Amino acid sequence: MSESTSPRDRSCPRAQMPLPNYLGADSRRRPDPGTRVLAQGLGWFSIGLGLTELAYGGAIARWLGMPRAAPVIHAYGVRELLQGAGILGSSDPTPWISARIAGDALDIATVLSGLEDPNPRKHNVLLALGALIGVTAVDVICAQSLAKAPLEPSQKVRQDYRRRSGFRQRAEVMRGAARDFTPPPDVIGPEAMRPWRSAKA
Amino acid sequence: MRALVWHGTQDIRCDMVPDPTIEDDRDAIIKVTACAICGSDLHLYDHFMPGMEKGDVMGHEFMGEVVETGKGVGGSLRKGERVVIPFTIICGQCDQCRRGFFSVCERSNRNKHLAEKAFGHTTAGLFGYTHLTGGYQGGQAEYVRVPFADKTHIKVPEGLSDEQVLFLGDIFPTGWQAAVQADIQPTDTVAIWGAGPVGQMTIRSAILLGAKQVVCIDSVPERLEMARAGGAITIDNAQESVVERLNELTSGKGPEKCIDAVGMEAHSPRALEQAYDRVKQAVMLESDRANVLREMIYVCRPAGILSIPGVYGGLVDKMPMGALMNKGLTVRTGQTHVNRWTDDLVKRIADGQIDPSFVITHRAGLEQGPEMYKTFRDKKDNCIKVVLRP
Repeated sequence: MSESTSPRDRSCPRAQMPLPNYLGADSRRRPDPGTRVLAQGLGWFSIGLGLTELAYGGAIARWLGMPRAAPVIHAYGVRELLQGAGILGSSDPTPWISARIAGDALDIATVLSGLEDPNPRKHNVLLALGALIGVTAVDVICAQSLAKAPLEPSQKVRQDYRRRSGFRQRAEVMRGAARDFTPPPDVIGPEAMRPWRSAKA
Repeated sequence: MRALVWHGTQDIRCDMVPDPTIEDDRDAIIKVTACAICGSDLHLYDHFMPGMEKGDVMGHEFMGEVVETGKGVGGSLRKGERVVIPFTIICGQCDQCRRGFFSVCERSNRNKHLAEKAFGHTTAGLFGYTHLTGGYQGGQAEYVRVPFADKTHIKVPEGLSDEQVLFLGDIFPTGWQAAVQADIQPTDTVAIWGAGPVGQMTIRSAILLGAKQVVCIDSVPERLEMARAGGAITIDNAQESVVERLNELTSGKGPEKCIDAVGMEAHSPRALEQAYDRVKQAVMLESDRANVLREMIYVCRPAGILSIPGVYGGLVDKMPMGALMNKGLTVRTGQTHVNRWTDDLVKRIADGQIDPSFVITHRAGLEQGPEMYKTFRDKKDNCIKVVLRP
């Protein structure tokens, strides 16, 4: 199919192009397969991380040298589960991936507090920070790709299916053209169970 | 010969495979002139249906020319005749075939022990559709062996093109049966979920059978446009509330007839419902997503009929049985008894009442099949129906 844009698109100056929308869902958004797989992967990652944080929040907090943070990690687990469900369940995961980035910022802020003295496990905190920064980078890449994904069909020339009725005349004229067809009794059930209007007709 | 071969999840390739041969007296070999990718092939492509094996040839919607027949075919078929092959393989002799319930033929599934384990009893053998239904090689190939060929065919009258008749093998009679078993009355509102190829055929069938209103529910703009061309009122379920719109269109009473032309891979516009089903499907706690079934049961008018041509393979979860029972709904479903309807439908095509080729949006050679599967699955390039020419 032609990749050319419609006359309306061509007349639209670049300066007036709308900014990428990171926060709103748009079911017309059609990301490339790689981005779609990446978003799904992040959705499953969220669910896995959420379950881990809920089940082992206390152990994670102790590993970070921040035992008082256990309830916070449990709460973050719930957040991750909701984000994962949102990503996997929505027709457009963009706002949910953006929510992940906000969650990443929250995670980083929480873990940063573990660098304060006295924490004998600062090296674990640094490891966690590195992992969080890496995941945040992936989230940002995914959100950018999603936000830039084309909206179909409005931004591409579409094939015109308005005349594809399949009928020899307008659909309204063809309505009831097969009323001569008698449905088999074994398919439509016993006469006594059919609508009254039909039974009396 | 060349054929589209299943190698695993989302992995279909155009391979060289051995030519089919006559294995039974009632076999025929067909040289395929046209075949199509069906929506239910995508359940295999995505590997939601169990029972596929590496090396299986895909395809159950095809037609062609008879090139060889077994001794038992007799005068039913002659070399050179053009035939459409129904996707259900039928013996024509068992109790079910004699009653016209061809899709549950008792003899054509050579792996009936597998079907009996899964479903309690066997159903008909199908072309290119898992080893649960016989493991027969499919028709997305240059040649195909047709078992029970003396019965498993639809002869093509002179003057009709391949594209006019190809869909007699599956989607046209499937849409027709879905509408017929809904027992459509002139006062009925018929709501059809899914504007894919079967949904499109169902819309046309419901219009021809005289429904007062036909409403089609989907979220893909080009499919909704084609649905409107066929006479349907459309609801974009990504943008609008299906319940509210259907109530508006029926003075709050709901549609009398609801048809599920989507099946096991339904997508819910409600994020939590979709996530729930996706997660349960992924961890094998359910095999099929029942979003459409739940919505149909909820919106259908009490004492209405649910017709289900959409394919389901196993178990669904959270079925609102309370609503189904208390509203007194009737459920009619099943694979299509293709040959039961085709004599009538061939006449309607020949008379010009309908030309099913309206649904074709993409034509390609067999070697482009793998790419076309992706295009069709991803609904790219406004794709609604793909026809391949071997």
